[in-house]
Amino acid sequence: MDPSLFPLFGLFTVLLLVTGLYCVVATRNFIRLLIGLEIVTKGVTLLIILGGYLSGHMALAQALAITLIVIEVVVIAIAAGIVIAIYRKNGSLDANLMKNLKG
Amino acid sequence: MNLMLLTAMLLAALWAVFTRTLLKSAIALALASVLLTVIMFQLKSPLAAVFELSVCAGLITVVFVSTISLTQPQSDAQVLAHAGQRLRRYWFLPVLLALVVVGLDCAHLPLDFTPPTPEEAGLDVRNVLWNMRPTDLLGQVIIILAGVFGVVVLFKEKA
Repeated sequence: MDPSLFPLFGLFTVLLLVTGLYCVVATRNFIRLLIGLEIVTKGVTLLIILGGYLSGHMALAQALAITLIVIEVVVIAIAAGIVIAIYRKNGSLDANLMKNLKG
Repeated sequence: MNLMLLTAMLLAALWAVFTRTLLKSAIALALASVLLTVIMFQLKSPLAAVFELSVCAGLITVVFVSTISLTQPQSDAQVLAHAGQRLRRYWFLPVLLALVVVGLDCAHLPLDFTPPTPEEAGLDVRNVLWNMRPTDLLGQVIIILAGVFGVVVLFKEKA
């Protein structure tokens, strides 16, 4: 295992996480928010695999990555269903216009 | 090679965030998944890479395209107006990022990796998943069931 890989991969993992977080924070469109969440999950998956590669625990890292991917797909599927339901109810995907629950 | 793949994946993620069209954003996300698959193969994780390719680059892209087709996107004028506001509102984020990177570099975090025992080094992924982490599998089954019921309820037609 080559420990010198960590700075390069670590930097790009952080950049992926920041890109995804920026997308989640800065967008008003619900679908783009889900895309941001996806990008964050990709960064985390890369970090798990990188940790497994550098430490030699590849089997465990792959098992955790597979678990994460399964959770990710279910979350996105349910969130997409909620987005479609929101669109059917409100006619828009703009988060600023969602004032149904405002007290 | 690794640098090229990582740069391409980051560029695909940035394209997914900044492109105006949602469909292009979904395609850019699929491209990022494909590049992550190649990186995972480079890091000796073939099973996880195959999962990433089939599920994230395939299934999730289909989910996004279906969702986009079932919802009406914003008009070009609305997208342009929001893009202009977004740049003005979040100008401080790159500065904050640079400060965090400098801070982490100065912190000199200890990154000691414990090498695996010979027994651990010889383990197969399937052995780990089915025999050592059954709780994870139970969690996955429960989440998948929850997902199925959730989708059925969300798309149920009202009588």
